[in-house]
Amino acid sequence: MTTFTARRKARIDELAGGRSLTSEAFRRLRRDPVAITGAVVVGLFVVVAALAPLLAPHGAAETFVELKRDLRPGTIPGPMEGFPLGSDQLGRDFLSRMLLASQQTLLVGVLATVIGLAVGVVIGTIAGAFGGWVDTLLMRLTDVLLAVPHLLLAISVAALAANPSQTTVIIAVAIVGVPIFARLLRGSMLAQRESDHVVAVTALGVRRSAVVLRHMLPNAIGPVIVQATLTLATAILDAAALSFLGLGDADPGRAEWGLMLAQAQAYLDVRPALAFFPAVAIIVVALGFTLLGESLREALDPKGSR
Amino acid sequence: MTTHPLLKVRDLRVVFRRRGEPDTVAVDGVSFDVAAGQVIGLVGESGCGKSVTSMAVMRLLPARGVEISGSIELDGVELLALSDSEMRERRGRDVSMIFQDPLSSLNPVIPIGLQITEVLRRHRGMGKAQARAEAVELLDRVGIPEPRRRLDTYPHQLSGGMRQRALIAIALACRPRLLIADEPTTALDVTIQAQILGLLSDLVRETGTALVMITHDLGIVAGMCETVNVLYGGRIVERAQRHRLFGTPRHPYTHGLLRSIPRLDSPPGEKLAAISGSMADNLPWAHSCAFAPRCPRVLETCLDITPDAETSGGRLLRCHNPVPASAE
Ligand SMILES: Nc1ncnc2c1ncn2[C@@H]1O[C@H](COP(=O)(O)OP(=O)(O)OP(=O)(O)O)[C@@H](O)[C@H]1O
Ligand SMILES: [Mg+2]
Repeated sequence: MTTFTARRKARIDELAGGRSLTSEAFRRLRRDPVAITGAVVVGLFVVVAALAPLLAPHGAAETFVELKRDLRPGTIPGPMEGFPLGSDQLGRDFLSRMLLASQQTLLVGVLATVIGLAVGVVIGTIAGAFGGWVDTLLMRLTDVLLAVPHLLLAISVAALAANPSQTTVIIAVAIVGVPIFARLLRGSMLAQRESDHVVAVTALGVRRSAVVLRHMLPNAIGPVIVQATLTLATAILDAAALSFLGLGDADPGRAEWGLMLAQAQAYLDVRPALAFFPAVAIIVVALGFTLLGESLREALDPKGSR
Repeated sequence: MTTHPLLKVRDLRVVFRRRGEPDTVAVDGVSFDVAAGQVIGLVGESGCGKSVTSMAVMRLLPARGVEISGSIELDGVELLALSDSEMRERRGRDVSMIFQDPLSSLNPVIPIGLQITEVLRRHRGMGKAQARAEAVELLDRVGIPEPRRRLDTYPHQLSGGMRQRALIAIALACRPRLLIADEPTTALDVTIQAQILGLLSDLVRETGTALVMITHDLGIVAGMCETVNVLYGGRIVERAQRHRLFGTPRHPYTHGLLRSIPRLDSPPGEKLAAISGSMADNLPWAHSCAFAPRCPRVLETCLDITPDAETSGGRLLRCHNPVPASAE
């Protein structure tokens, strides 16, 4: 009898333990091979980026006599003792540069996305929560930004800067994200405004700020977070493109995949690996974020549950 | 009734105006009173304006595209004249509402405990710990087992009946003077329905809250409402004390509604009388009776003249040719 009571109690505890929709989404994610693939790629990328200074055998700007010795027009030394990926066009260790570049890429991608997300969320919340002319004005502005192809927009913004730097790349890429986040959030905020539970909580006389911030925003933000993962992929591509076009930091010693790809152009026939590795790195990382984002979107979609 | 009513609705008219579409008159001159501690029923089929009436009282209808006229007085204060922020102060504390769908009416991302304490802290100025203790008590009151543990559960983890109880607990947390329950049990199965209704009437009796029960189910009204208002096409067609209404329904619509409920004492094999037609093909009240196309007792006059509401012996009736009081 005591075991029965104890078991019953354990079962009640188990059933009563609060589990949010988000934690259930996570449970689903853990069983999704696409999500796992994306997470592994992204995880590896983040670990490599974080540990890059430790992993890289050499500095990004360091040149080596061993490499420079064989460096002449028409030949760039390939893999050799101590330099697994060989030299780049200036006699620097290519492997170290690849590794160190991951850090720059992650930094630019994350910063640009986070800044774009923050600004977009503020705009989307204001537009969706208040509606009326505020909404109309803000949405017209985002429409204008959305009408421009995103790379063109990033290029135009970056080109406005007097002297291109990493900061201007981040800002340019962030601005590309703002209207996407704002529109998306505004749409789901509007849907929330009409939703039963928001009407119900309004009927309870809950303060307007609490209705917006506690009852509407958390329910509306899901798709925006998913979008952020996807935007991270395009942000990395856009940032690489800006560097490639010479709109990024001009410091030749700096390692950055887009910049490396741009500089490798001149040596495509001499040593295609110089272009191949940065290109593949950019694609794999962007793909990783896309896979993760797409499966997040599916896991969080209430219609997909069960 | 000599005591003055808590809620006094007079000539309430709600018109939806949309560009490019004809206006919809959802509520067309509805008047009723509710006193403290009283339970009244608002009954009628789908689309007759029950929800629009309650949303108008709560002032929850959108400001644009909706025209509201008439008067809604709560304890002598005209709600329709209040500013948005004044109305916000009253919602929850003075008037509160329970909605039809218990799942979608709860915030899915917040544990129910927090949804109760939020209201307690807002309307009763409680601190965090005090509000939590009170929330446990409220959940216990509405019959949720293990209330302390339930505080941290999310709405989707509760059964339909439990969710509806949680919603009632939230509505009661504000101690409203008037509670509007818009079909609070339609989403639930019959046994749970009975429990919830019992709970509601107990709570109303204990706290002296005025309750407006909105339903299309006469069975619910029969059990708990003192006065029953029968709504058709946005107008009240009959109102009486529940015993009189059920004993001698006078309006052909009410009569039909009652006859379409299966009765235990009806002889086996007797066909149920369904009211023919539906609201969709009604005539507007202008120059005729809206129920005329479906009415079994329709006269020539019904198609020419709108029947006025007439009150006699405590019964309001809007009909040219009512069912004789001796019938049935
Ligand atoms: N936002 C709106 N815009 C236009 N017409 C509306 C709107 N809301 C309600 N109506 C109309 O008002 C009328 C009454 O609707 P209401 O929701 O009050 O019906 P109800 O009696 O609550 O029905 P149910 O039992 O189905 O809930 C309906 O004819 C409906 O078409
Ligand atoms: Mg309704």
